[in-house]
Amino acid sequence: MKVHFSNSDYLAYIDRFLNNLDLSNPHDLNISSHPKWINVHPALLTLVASLAMQVGKNNVKFDQLTASSGSYLDRMGLFNFTTQHSPYNINKKEESGRFIPLTVIKNSTEQSKFITDMIPLLHLPADKTDSIKYTIGELVRNVLEHSLSEDGAIVAAQYYKKSNTIRIGICDSGIGIKKSLQKYWSSHAKTDLDAIKWALAPGISGTTSKEGGTEDNAGAGLFFIKSIAQVARSYFMIYSGSGIYKLLLRDKRIENPQLHPNPDDDRHSARNDVTYFQGTLVAIDLSLDNKSEFTSLLAAIREVYGKAIRERKKKKYKEPKFV
Amino acid sequence: MKKIIIKILAVAGDFAENKDIAKDLRIRKIMPALLDKKVVILDFGGVSGTTQSFAHVLISEPIRQFRDVALDNLEYKNCSNAVQEIIKTVYEYMQESLNDNN
Repeated sequence: MKVHFSNSDYLAYIDRFLNNLDLSNPHDLNISSHPKWINVHPALLTLVASLAMQVGKNNVKFDQLTASSGSYLDRMGLFNFTTQHSPYNINKKEESGRFIPLTVIKNSTEQSKFITDMIPLLHLPADKTDSIKYTIGELVRNVLEHSLSEDGAIVAAQYYKKSNTIRIGICDSGIGIKKSLQKYWSSHAKTDLDAIKWALAPGISGTTSKEGGTEDNAGAGLFFIKSIAQVARSYFMIYSGSGIYKLLLRDKRIENPQLHPNPDDDRHSARNDVTYFQGTLVAIDLSLDNKSEFTSLLAAIREVYGKAIRERKKKKYKEPKFV
Repeated sequence: MKKIIIKILAVAGDFAENKDIAKDLRIRKIMPALLDKKVVILDFGGVSGTTQSFAHVLISEPIRQFRDVALDNLEYKNCSNAVQEIIKTVYEYMQESLNDNN
């Protein structure tokens, strides 16, 4: 497998990263990078860490790391996934802070500990952290419950002061969204992209054919996260199998964006021809500039969620037979 | 009417997201108490937020199974605005599904 880090691997340009991704040989992983500058989204680090875990530490090789900014890979813990030594000499006690290094979470106890421990690392005011805890909590839980990944969830995040944004990535090497929906929703999950879109719809869970879910799963998690991203004017992306769905930034001038239960109605880009990746990668750039409180955001989501469920049920009502 | 108080902070921390804990509370405390016609007070004091998944696992099954008994006997104390919104969401969609089953 081959991965290349460029000097601008942001979510906006993720297609370029994925076009260069070569997952053809599953026995080793070769990581190359831009010779002068490396700028990589934490989500892509989680993807690479996931691939590294699949091939084993001994089979992960970095090609000539010459960019001084490559020390970021070390700081984020990528060298913990290889036996190769880092060429960088960083003083980990002198962290400029505001990042969460690559962390593997395998169960709910580890998840709760992670959520408690991560916030101080970001040095953010308390009122800005609820949406971060919410997003990471729900996404990691999704992995633990639905991915069947032996390696658990791999998480990383970075706060960017200039844009007041936190970039988050969560990856697993599990069965992928399409397979997790096969049992009950095969007709809606014929392709990876169809499966991703169906998983984003409110009230859809891979654990039951019943809309609205079960006592343990409502099927609301991804819809909530997508909605949080949309209101906060943030990027949001899901990559699973050969499908990718990316929520694009809404117009800044629209103060109260409309939330859509159907992901096709959101401003987005989507493809079903990406290099096939067995697991699932979720990335979100959460803007913390949003003036409205997290509470009012939740109220808006509640309204749309309820309406969506009602309308979908209504479609199933039988019409009277007027003879 | 007898009451039981469940302090969420003590078991789920200041951000309640662990569904295993919610499930345990539901099975061991909430459901038996509602079966005994007790009032169950879920005290969210000190909890800044929760996830929809946590709230769903905690209260959706009691509402589905006990219906009006649950809706009348479940009470929520010291909720932050964010926690209130999440609980309201679960109440709305659960009651929609109850209407469906009637």
